[in-house]
Amino acid sequence: MVKITVDGKVLEVDENNNLLEEVLSQGEDLPYFCWHPSMGSVGSCRQCAVIEYANDEDERGRLNMACMTSPREGGRYSIEKAGQFRAQAIESIMINHPHDCPVCEEGGECHLQDMTVMSGHTYRRYEGKKKTHTNQYLGPFINHEMNRCITCYRCVRYYNDYAGGTDFGPQASHDNTYFGRWQEGPLESEFSGNLAEVCPTGVFTDKPFGKQYVRKWDLQTAPSICTGCSVGCNTNPGERYGTLRRVVNRFNDEVNGYFLCDRGRFGTGYVNSDERITVSMTRASSDADPHLASPDEAMSQLHVMAVDAIGIGSPRASMEANFALRDLVGKDNFYAGVSANDLAMGQQILDIYRNRPVNVASIKVIEGSDAVIVLGEDVTNTAARIALALRQSVKNLGKKMARDMKLPDWHDAAVRQLTMDRKSPLFILSPHATRLDDVAANVHISSAEESARIGFAIANAIDSSAPAVKGLSKEEKSLVDTMADALKNAQQPLVVCGTGSFSPALIDAAANIATALQDGDKKANLAMVVPEANSLGLALLMNGSDQSLDQAMSLVADGDAKSAVVLENDLYRRAPADAVDSFVNALDNLAVLDSTQTRTGEAANLVIAAGTFAESSGTFINYEARAQHFYSVFKPKDSIRASVKWLSDQKLSEITAACASSITDCGGMANLTPGEDFNVAGMKVPRQQHRYSGRTAMRADINVHEPKQEQDEDGILSYSMEGVPATRDATVFNTAWSGGWNSNQSVFKFQSHTGGALKQASHGQCLIENNSKTKTWNEIEKDNAPEGDFAVFPLYHLFGSEELTARTPAIQEKATSAYIALNGDDAQKLGLQASDGVALEHNGSVPFIIRSSIKPGTVGVPVGLEGVNFRNLPDGIALEKASSWTAPEKWHAANIIASDRASSEGEA
Amino acid sequence: MNNIIASTVVKARELTAEEIKEIEHEKTHYPYTQAVGLEALKIVQKYQGWVSDESLLAVAKYLEIAPDELEGVATFFNMIFRRPVGKHVILLCDSVACWMLGCDSLQGHITKNLGIEYGETTKDDMFTLLPVPCLGACDKSPVMMIGRETYTHLTAEKIDQAIAHYRDGTPVDQDLE
Repeated sequence: MVKITVDGKVLEVDENNNLLEEVLSQGEDLPYFCWHPSMGSVGSCRQCAVIEYANDEDERGRLNMACMTSPREGGRYSIEKAGQFRAQAIESIMINHPHDCPVCEEGGECHLQDMTVMSGHTYRRYEGKKKTHTNQYLGPFINHEMNRCITCYRCVRYYNDYAGGTDFGPQASHDNTYFGRWQEGPLESEFSGNLAEVCPTGVFTDKPFGKQYVRKWDLQTAPSICTGCSVGCNTNPGERYGTLRRVVNRFNDEVNGYFLCDRGRFGTGYVNSDERITVSMTRASSDADPHLASPDEAMSQLHVMAVDAIGIGSPRASMEANFALRDLVGKDNFYAGVSANDLAMGQQILDIYRNRPVNVASIKVIEGSDAVIVLGEDVTNTAARIALALRQSVKNLGKKMARDMKLPDWHDAAVRQLTMDRKSPLFILSPHATRLDDVAANVHISSAEESARIGFAIANAIDSSAPAVKGLSKEEKSLVDTMADALKNAQQPLVVCGTGSFSPALIDAAANIATALQDGDKKANLAMVVPEANSLGLALLMNGSDQSLDQAMSLVADGDAKSAVVLENDLYRRAPADAVDSFVNALDNLAVLDSTQTRTGEAANLVIAAGTFAESSGTFINYEARAQHFYSVFKPKDSIRASVKWLSDQKLSEITAACASSITDCGGMANLTPGEDFNVAGMKVPRQQHRYSGRTAMRADINVHEPKQEQDEDGILSYSMEGVPATRDATVFNTAWSGGWNSNQSVFKFQSHTGGALKQASHGQCLIENNSKTKTWNEIEKDNAPEGDFAVFPLYHLFGSEELTARTPAIQEKATSAYIALNGDDAQKLGLQASDGVALEHNGSVPFIIRSSIKPGTVGVPVGLEGVNFRNLPDGIALEKASSWTAPEKWHAANIIASDRASSEGEA
Repeated sequence: MNNIIASTVVKARELTAEEIKEIEHEKTHYPYTQAVGLEALKIVQKYQGWVSDESLLAVAKYLEIAPDELEGVATFFNMIFRRPVGKHVILLCDSVACWMLGCDSLQGHITKNLGIEYGETTKDDMFTLLPVPCLGACDKSPVMMIGRETYTHLTAEKIDQAIAHYRDGTPVDQDLE
């Protein structure tokens, strides 16, 4: 730490950070554009200018960019004295900027507006013509309006340098500079949505939001958790007039930081969809006509039915909803709504987290890792935010090189220049090429079984007490040694695996590698990806019980249960279709609580209108067993209620407390909120901003009398604008706003240090504490080679594989229907022409694509896409050319995120 | 390159053997193929006269870099032509010294005689007129360049001679140099 003087104020700052970051952390207002806490400094926008004085006698000083300046001991600086320069810099930036704020989506949360006002530049002297550009179509997510550009280069630094995109860039120079694709077309990066938040003005904006636009201050918002995958990114969804309008990032230093993936940001349109169940329906039997059930009627029917019913939980429902169902039907009658294998894998992961000498890796830890092995998990498609973090992990070698040269690592351009293409090692073992291959040191194409064997061998090569693997080829042995050496020599090695391959052996192998890497106090980082927002929570909730969907099915098949209550779960996604058919047919009563129509719901005789995440509160437990609370964003109409409200008449906090106290390791769930008595100056925390407009007018077309504010029985937040807006301190961190800082950049006001943890708000609670230093090993199990000509492996799709987000129009534009992926030689052997279909056992016929990385004798089948049920397939299958075949309408080969397409042949 | 997914209807053309030979030679000078991008574009332009989308894609594929990255290079340098130009490109300096000595009226002269404004090409595809910020010969301004030839102390007459020379080989009157 060094002492500096800024405008006469003595500040103690960290000399390893840049001056801009440090003065912002001290609460000063210093404008900036191009600098970003996650991306470091390049000094391009000239907005954070300060005067730096040579010594105490110096009265003139010289201009310096704060973001490019290391604070020096005794340094004397002035923000104030450089004010005129900053105003001039803004004036020159504004020469080509249109005066279109009233019709610009960024207006009201525009960093450029804020900085312009802050700089004091109010009157534009330029009278010439403004430069105009042609905009590009960039796909369904992002709108392009180049005329607003101030050429700060943040978009390129984010999209290309940070997120690894290659289909975007700067073009031309001086007042002709253009940011876009070389030819218009959908942005290919899975993280393109962050452009809307990274751009300081309205060049890149949220396109689906633009179609149902309202100003930031007119949105009703709440702190929420993304339900797109098991990462549990913190989000801040906004509602107006009963529809969910958009999702933006909510900062959490340990989880998502500043960035979301496109599934999370753009995948919530299903909340407003026509497929929503808005009223409860009932019928006497499954072939009778359904009729509308009032909420009271539905409630009483459900509770009558539940008396002798089994309950089937869900990995996409909250802990509280699952726990309430468990309570309602009785612990012994509660079944996890996942297959026996899926449940076992969840519990296997919990066991590893609890008992192995490993450190469970948060996203922040993943970003800090300096050698990584990914075993069989296609994280880009199953937990995209982890893929973005892995892209940062490979940069750690460069940062180390910079530190060794005494170059600060925030010096972004210099560090990149120094690093060139040198990267920290990332090893990928996968049955197909993945999106991360371009930053990988080594990509080994192998089936889950082969990868597991290699994984076990790596563990053995690191620590010879781990079980050895026999019969490795020479090539495999050298690969094993390379990976083992790199991991062993790393300071922060990381193992990434998950349930994506459906392979318990692979999870064991990952656990062995991480265990082998433990050395005294040094523990390896381990991240195990699970499929859904609360998959690990559901595994925890089962508390060691192995009651899976398979068991529920055999129970019903044996006639030992006649009624079932299914919570937010489409069983047809969990088990083979004919098994679910027999299950639902054997039941006398089937109640389904869900937010959208599903095939399971169609078979029910009581369908209950449940709220989505946006209309519910509760707890989700992410892949690292981190419990995070999400608050409902808005109150749905009376016929829709959060599942937990249908299932229990207890207060949410009571259910959370009961779950926390009765389920092993869940104690931390009780401390996620400040409690229902929490208030600020006697008032609850408002969901609406203090500028929320039209409160008395927005329902005037229905009734001029203003209705009573909706009540939130769960306390803490209110559906109201009454309350104290948080500007610097927020126990419950809702929308980021601070005086003078209307854009999302205001988040630094809430951080203890710019870019670091929030001052008060919860970043969740990691439930599993692990102090184990005992190495235990899993033995390699002999696997049986699958029967059939082709070994099946699963393929995941960021856009399409997840059940609910797949019902969002913008996501559908980026998704495709079912297909299979083959090696070119196999396609030839099967006599397949580009326009042919392939007959897939138990699934009908599907189109195919050729992917060059796929090994002969293996076939990739998508999970969760429309038109194919992965659960119907055995491990090995036969394939043949489909007779009489036309490609389905939703078949869009171009949407498949694959880096190894042999050719464009075979595309519809 | 792993991340290139053909997203457009533009198809790369085949690079010619000469182009490939020269690009390969340039590659021996640099540790990274990105660095060869500009030289490769110059090579293609030398043979093709300009860099079409098809050429740009061909070079990007050949060097295994993203077309977006190469486009950034191609558009940054104003002597890489991304639109077709005439057989001869007239680069007329319009920076301060030449402006003081009347380059505007010289441009008017060219425009009148050839019927082309800045950025335009004659109908017979012989000449393209472009402004250039400085040719480094301010002491001899006004200045223009056609091909590798620099014309100094420009007058309307000199311009007419130069154009005639490029049109039909009429020798330029050395006295005017």
